[in-house]
Amino acid sequence: MNDYYFSSKELTVGYQGIPLIKNINIKLKKGEILTLIGPNGSGKSTILKSLTKHLEKLQGTVFIGKNDMAALTFKEISRQLAVVLTDRIKVDLMTCWDLVETGRYPYTGYLGRLTETDKEKVANALKKVHAWDLKDKNFNEISDGQRQRILLARAICQEPEIIILDEPTSFLDVRHKLELLKILKDMAKIDQITVIMSLHEIDLAQKIADKIMCVKGETIYNYGSPEEIFSSDIIQELYEIDKGSYNVNFGSVELNKSIGEPEVFVIAGDGTGIAHFRELQRREIPFCTGVLHQNDIDYQIAKALAVKVIKSPSFNKISNEIYLEAKEVLHGCKKILYTGVEFAEMNDKNKALLDVARRLNMPICYSVDEI
Amino acid sequence: MKIKAKWMAYVRYQVVFVVLIILFCCVVVANINSGSVAISVPEILDIIFNKNALITSNYNILWKIRLPRLMTAAVLGGGLSISGFLLQTFFRNPIAGPYVLGISSGAKMTVAFAMIIATKYHGTFTSLELVLAAFVGSLVSMFFVLTISKRVQSISMLLVAGIMIGYICSAFTDFFIAFANEYQVTNIYTWALGSFSGASWTSFKFAATIIFTVSGIVFLLSKPIGAYLLGESYAQSLGVNIKWFRIALILFSSLLSATVTAFAGPISFIGIAVPHMTKMLLKTTKPILVIPAAFICGSTFCMFCDLIARTAFSPTELSISTVTAVFGAPIVISLMLKRQSNPNNT
Repeated sequence: MNDYYFSSKELTVGYQGIPLIKNINIKLKKGEILTLIGPNGSGKSTILKSLTKHLEKLQGTVFIGKNDMAALTFKEISRQLAVVLTDRIKVDLMTCWDLVETGRYPYTGYLGRLTETDKEKVANALKKVHAWDLKDKNFNEISDGQRQRILLARAICQEPEIIILDEPTSFLDVRHKLELLKILKDMAKIDQITVIMSLHEIDLAQKIADKIMCVKGETIYNYGSPEEIFSSDIIQELYEIDKGSYNVNFGSVELNKSIGEPEVFVIAGDGTGIAHFRELQRREIPFCTGVLHQNDIDYQIAKALAVKVIKSPSFNKISNEIYLEAKEVLHGCKKILYTGVEFAEMNDKNKALLDVARRLNMPICYSVDEI
Repeated sequence: MKIKAKWMAYVRYQVVFVVLIILFCCVVVANINSGSVAISVPEILDIIFNKNALITSNYNILWKIRLPRLMTAAVLGGGLSISGFLLQTFFRNPIAGPYVLGISSGAKMTVAFAMIIATKYHGTFTSLELVLAAFVGSLVSMFFVLTISKRVQSISMLLVAGIMIGYICSAFTDFFIAFANEYQVTNIYTWALGSFSGASWTSFKFAATIIFTVSGIVFLLSKPIGAYLLGESYAQSLGVNIKWFRIALILFSSLLSATVTAFAGPISFIGIAVPHMTKMLLKTTKPILVIPAAFICGSTFCMFCDLIARTAFSPTELSISTVTAVFGAPIVISLMLKRQSNPNNT
């Protein structure tokens, strides 16, 4: 069983003897990334704290390498495992360099003096997170995002074989989020460091993780590869999304569709519809749309936002049957919104729909404002 | 850039240490030299270093009164600032110290009690008994402070709790004194105000042994203390056994302040002001630098305050806390104001 570098067996975690989550079974090889996702307050941090021994586990075993972690001293663990926590660090008069330097503590002598090699490692860690310029700045005077990078540098220069991060991307803007995840990915794939982290951004989790653990309720809701987790309604159920929808393919979040008698029929396609769909949703105007091929990106968004979508199988010309269905829906609407999509062989039936509307003297708008 | 900043810091550390040592020496000389009888510097040197010096009255003043008192002040002042530094580290609170947290008052209470009991039944008490009594009292107060600190998050609430504990202990002390006879009262009363006037070579040796040993151990703990500054979780992930480390911090800080209280009574403000001043001077919180610097700084500050206590209104002697408060309280107030204006630190 010990092909795995880090594993937990029937782990139960909780506070003050009261179990919160039971039967946690993690199996990770070197260089794999595990991401914990789940709603706020579901216990992600509790699991992470128990894995790092900050919190006493209630039951089960955690193995690091071939060793039971309970049998290792904190000192032994510190050379294998580094952490980046959400706790706010309260320090005075400490430069970023000083803070990163503390990552070398497990390797320094009795009084904690750094050798030249240690200093080099501190410098490398700072460069790795692109924080070299910050090194002489006071840790209290930099931004939250910069602080997060400094904390990562601190963990890196601890030279761990496994690194555990609690929501490392909070406070970061999009660019730094991506940068941070890229660094973690490189650490995992190039340096073979195992990574366990909790993430709020499920779309990012899907992109970076080798394994995903969905945390919710008394036991682990789901554990598997991103393909397994993101293939069905698991996400929707995990977060109990009822005020909108989450598109697993795009990782995009859509708000609730406007319900009611559709007023507008949108003729779209080729991605020209997305902006209009969202605008209609914002103004709470119920709408129908069609005919959209199922491989059109408009279709993905329309599915989430339109009252009704008339769809057509991919790579086929729109059939007469579907055209008639669309025509009927169109009759029920008051206005037409034409996105300006170009008509060609595959969607010539949509041109026909537009012509029908003209013949019926329905108002044809070209933007949501005109409605 | 990097080399420049590092180099500047390095120079700063050296300058601070050199200046502190020079100040220390100046205060030592001033302390020996002044008093109701002024003794000139050449005469001091002659008395101290010339073994064949005549046993004059100046000789006696120097060897029997001023030197033990001076050295006791130096050692206890150093111990007190280390105790304050440990408490500030433990509570993550820059305004923590043995006096404000009521730990000195706890020691005062048990020592007063022990003094009354001892004089009643044995007639005398030894330094060891005194320190033990103070240590027990410190731990009792510490226990209450710890219990309260678990329930309050804010820095100021902890201090209010500490001050209240201090009042309770003082009330008990007054209660014991009320039942003591007259001779004991004067004895306890001078001591309870805080003064180095009772210093002797025996008490100095005893206090110095404890304080140097504990401070030495604390210095050797610089590395875990440095890790502890990042917070308990990070310290643990760096290999510190938090459970034992906490106990060590509590025991050492209590022992240091207990020793001071046992020999000189409760002394205010040194425990808060000195570590803070030291950090500001060094512009760093690295324990390996702060601990020795705080010790020297505390010694100097304490001797300086004792000098003023002795000479300002001579022949009337002030209590040491009267003087330390005058210098220390403004520092604490400025510290509180500074933290209020800096949201990052709260």
